Amino acid sequence: MKEQLANIRAQALEAFEQAKASADLDALRVKYLGKKGELTAVLKQMGRLSAEERPAMGQLANEVRAALESALDTASKKLEAAALEHRLEAEAVDVTIPGRAPAIGHRHPMYIALDEMKEIFIGMGFTVLDGPEIELGELNFDRLNAEPGHPSRDWSDTFYFDQDEKVMLRSQTSPMQVRAMDTMKLPIRIIAPGRVYRKDEVDATHSPMFHQVEGMVIDKGVTMADLKGTLNTVIKKMYGESTQTRFRPHHFPFTEPSCEVDVQCHKCGGVGCPTCKGEGWIELLGAGMIHPHVLEMAGIDPEVWSGWAFGFGLERTAMRRFKIDDLRLIFENDVRFLEQF
Amino acid sequence: MNLSRKWLNEFVNVDVNDHEFAEAMTLSGSKVEGTTDLGAEISNVVVGKILSMERHPNSDHMWVCQIDVGDSEPVQIVTGAWNIHKGDLIPVAKDNSWLPGGVHITRGNLRGVKSKGMLCSLKELNLDERDFPYGVITAAALLNDYHPIDPEKPSIPADVQPGHKIYGPVVAAAVEGVKSAGDGRWTCKLTYTEKDGPSAAVVTTPCQNIHEGDMVAFNTKTGAICTLADLHAEQREFPHCIPDGIFVLQEEGIAPGDDIKPIVNADDRVVEFEITPNRPDCLSVIGLAREAAATFGKPLTLHEPEVKGGADGVLTDLLDVETPDADLVPRYTARMVRNVKIAPSPKWMRERLRSMGVRPINNIVDITNYVMLEYGQPMHAFDYRYVNGGKIIVRRAAEGEELTTLDGKVHTLNANHLVIADETRAVGLAGIMGGLNSEIVADTADVVFESACFDGTCIRKGALALGMRTEASAKFEKGLDPLNTLPAVNRACELVEMLGAGAVVDGVIDILNNVPQPTVLKLEPDKINALLGTDVPEDDMVNILKKLDFQVEGDRVTVPSWRGDVRRMADLAEEVARFYGYNNIPVTLMRGQTTQGGYSEAQKLENRLGAMCRACGFDEIITYSFISPTAYDKIGWARDCAMRNSFKILNPLGEDTSIMRTTTLPSMLEILTRNWNYRNKNVKLYELGRIYLPGGENGLANESKVLTLGAYGEGMDFYAIKGVVEAILKDIRAGDVHFEPAAAEVWGNTVAPYHPGRAAAVYSGSDCLGFVGQIHPTVAQNYGVDGEFYCAELSFDELMLAKGPDAEYVSLPKFPSVERDIAVVCDEAVTVGRLESAIRKGAKGLLKEVELFDIYRGASIPAGKKSVAFSLTLRADDRSLTGEEADADVKSILATLEQECGAVLR
Repeated sequence: MKEQLANIRAQALEAFEQAKASADLDALRVKYLGKKGELTAVLKQMGRLSAEERPAMGQLANEVRAALESALDTASKKLEAAALEHRLEAEAVDVTIPGRAPAIGHRHPMYIALDEMKEIFIGMGFTVLDGPEIELGELNFDRLNAEPGHPSRDWSDTFYFDQDEKVMLRSQTSPMQVRAMDTMKLPIRIIAPGRVYRKDEVDATHSPMFHQVEGMVIDKGVTMADLKGTLNTVIKKMYGESTQTRFRPHHFPFTEPSCEVDVQCHKCGGVGCPTCKGEGWIELLGAGMIHPHVLEMAGIDPEVWSGWAFGFGLERTAMRRFKIDDLRLIFENDVRFLEQF
Repeated sequence: MNLSRKWLNEFVNVDVNDHEFAEAMTLSGSKVEGTTDLGAEISNVVVGKILSMERHPNSDHMWVCQIDVGDSEPVQIVTGAWNIHKGDLIPVAKDNSWLPGGVHITRGNLRGVKSKGMLCSLKELNLDERDFPYGVITAAALLNDYHPIDPEKPSIPADVQPGHKIYGPVVAAAVEGVKSAGDGRWTCKLTYTEKDGPSAAVVTTPCQNIHEGDMVAFNTKTGAICTLADLHAEQREFPHCIPDGIFVLQEEGIAPGDDIKPIVNADDRVVEFEITPNRPDCLSVIGLAREAAATFGKPLTLHEPEVKGGADGVLTDLLDVETPDADLVPRYTARMVRNVKIAPSPKWMRERLRSMGVRPINNIVDITNYVMLEYGQPMHAFDYRYVNGGKIIVRRAAEGEELTTLDGKVHTLNANHLVIADETRAVGLAGIMGGLNSEIVADTADVVFESACFDGTCIRKGALALGMRTEASAKFEKGLDPLNTLPAVNRACELVEMLGAGAVVDGVIDILNNVPQPTVLKLEPDKINALLGTDVPEDDMVNILKKLDFQVEGDRVTVPSWRGDVRRMADLAEEVARFYGYNNIPVTLMRGQTTQGGYSEAQKLENRLGAMCRACGFDEIITYSFISPTAYDKIGWARDCAMRNSFKILNPLGEDTSIMRTTTLPSMLEILTRNWNYRNKNVKLYELGRIYLPGGENGLANESKVLTLGAYGEGMDFYAIKGVVEAILKDIRAGDVHFEPAAAEVWGNTVAPYHPGRAAAVYSGSDCLGFVGQIHPTVAQNYGVDGEFYCAELSFDELMLAKGPDAEYVSLPKFPSVERDIAVVCDEAVTVGRLESAIRKGAKGLLKEVELFDIYRGASIPAGKKSVAFSLTLRADDRSLTGEEADADVKSILATLEQECGAVLR
């Protein structure tokens, strides 16, 4: 009997080992461990054993059963693993085939640049203002100290809706300074992005409609050093910490002292190249301390309050930000251009 | 404003290179746009002396010259020019030299003869006869260069011999010898035969192209050698006898080997400045010299003009000036010069004018231009003999008065123009341009110099109205210093005497109508430092101001007359800052009260709408606010559509950009079309842009924003674009959104651009937000497109109103819902919207969702009917529904459908 059990064990283990499918294993389970299986058949002969032999033989039989069950389990798992592996192999895809991307639209690059600028200024406590593009000549010029006869009032430069130059297309976002002074409580920190219009023919760097971002601060004790500090911070955030700036005197009717701010040429690093026309610097914006007369005209006492203002050209900023070399692309709206951003 | 560095150095000695000069001037406020080295293109060109000339062995017109260029050996150069002679000094471009225009000269071989360089003409040095009047070349007609037009019928026989008669007294003569007459002319020894034997003549001629061995046409009667003009010959008959050739130098003190650049003023550098309108004083050499002196800390050497005077006559007898419109003529200053000898001005003056971009004309005109450049004071010179009655009247022009200006143009004037007139007529446009009738000409004998200060606005408007902005008017319109007129006119008279151009009459006519008192300001160093954020000591401020010719006594600052722009403390602060250095001002961050920044509600909605459009796959565009008036026709708006009323630009760039749009649709259609024409597939675009409606406050516009969608391509149809609109409205939580077939009268009668059967008006409650739909095929055709465009226009103001409140949490359902599908058959005319309303109306409080899932027409459905299937979701919040409860609701719904829409269960 002992021999029989050993044989069953050896045969079964080998059979399990060689099973190719889980169905084969099921058949083998029935063959060896089923009610009519070979092991059961042997166990049925236990009754014929002596009382002394019986416990030892019983134990042996149980050991064989346990061994067979365990082997059966292992074989089954092995087969399952193989089957899974097989399936996964069959399911493999070509990962280089392009995915099906949902169509997502694109923000216009100029507004991407504007959003970045707005975020920076909002972080510094600025409010974003919006105002009319069809503007009073009074706000665009008179209230900004541009006297009658100032060249910017020329009909060759500015679009008008009436002969008396009362209503015009604003030629700058600066009238928003006046609107802010007239309507807001002091102290004021605003930026006012928007469209402006000048009579320039379209070419790679000009457009009769373009965008500016006006900025203004009025508070007690505001200095030109603050203006420099704020603009330096903004420019470094926009163009990188290592960006070098320089401030040089200029003239705007509504600021005094006035300045223009240049950034060191990104192409040549200040040595001079065609991009910067050999100067090593590229003009970025105009700024200055608000002219005391402009404050007075708004009923603000320049002895108590002071302020500064600036104006960025947004197209130029965006073009520099994204290395766009032709202004016309901005307004052409070719999707092959728009979808690059 | 151009500035010659050489001229500048007359007033201030600035010895730095161009880059340093530009940098320093820019940082002190005089922005340098660029520097031109006048000799940048010239190198290795020297003075040469012609040692000998031989005719080229293999050419009928070239010469082989040996030239002393200052080296140990002479160089051999072959030239085709005929105007040179042994002993001439000429510019030589040596082997490996450069000439203007990037011309590179190297050694070469001309018809078998070596040539190591080139002799230069004026033109090759980028000069002309105005720069060197003596460089004019006169050519004789050389008979040995005669090429008949018709070889069969020559006017002069090929074997012409000395003595052969050409015509009348003109005979052929052989040149035996040529010698310089010393004054630029040449003495030629001629021989020819006459009837009675050989004859000879010695003739002095200005023609420079004659050499020994040539044959000339000699007029025995006048004793002159004939030019082409004398022979009535055409240039092609004498191809080498041309009024062109080598520039023969007549300068003093030059020697072979000298660099040509200083001789032709090519060693100067011209700096181009951008002068801002507040600084007209810097539109002059002296003004810029003052800035340069202050910038570099060098002394400024100014010169007080000295006039000897003494010409015959008494000025007040000769000339009377009246200024009836005194308000337009703050100051009028004039002097007179008699016995004028009109001639070219000297080389130094011509060079300075030319380097500053002014064309030399004659001594008197050049002097006025010279003084204008030097002092910034426009000057005018007119011929005294044309000033009738010896009286100058500066007055407003009469209505319709005519005047021909120096440029030959005839102008009809009116009272807005200021003229210089005599007793009978205008002789000049004040401050703009002189009149042709009083122009300085070759025989002008007596000259009046006018140095005046006119009202800037009057001059600007006059110049603008006549479309003639001149150098002078550009200066006047900025407002000139009235104190400058006297030194300027004296300087002009001094130059007249210096040039020997005439005799100056003693005395000055000087009418002072309005010469302002000097501005005196209080120097407040603390306030200046407070504005700048600096700590500049008072002494430094005083020094800066003094360098700029401000007078400082204690705390009183007297502003110089030419600095009309300095009116108050902030202006002084700028002067201090400029020379303290903007880049030395510290960099600080703002202190003071904290302000709260951020976006307004409208700006937040703008951002949200944009984000939603992009999430739906739409790209953002930016379009022009102005459109063509024909755009309204193109989109099919009725002729009488009130929305056509637009702001019109009076001075547009062109018709296409002449009115302010009252609709964004044409802009969108234009961009869609452009992409369509570029063959871009599946285009989806959006813009949140403004329209400009008349009727705002103060005569301004109501500038409303419109969210515009536009799309074409795969998968795009009415329901696709409508879906985007629905998604946007859902995102902003707009309530009671519904779509109605677009009736003509909604939204300002502007539905015409849409397909009548595929357009809807979008509503939130009873408010119409705009349109969505397919663009009318005819409109698409107007844009040249045969495809389907889909657009939507939504009023931003309405969207703002329709925007729902923030989301509020509703507990998730605790009990299961019951789904019921129903299909009803109804008339075609019944819309799904009506059916849905009926369903909602019929439900008894358990209906949570209605979803359309099928519309079916065909077999088993009668013609003219359709079957519409909905999926209904029913749920109670407090219990599980039983089937019976759900069925009761559905039953009620079906009853309502039948009642309201005639729809019966299929």
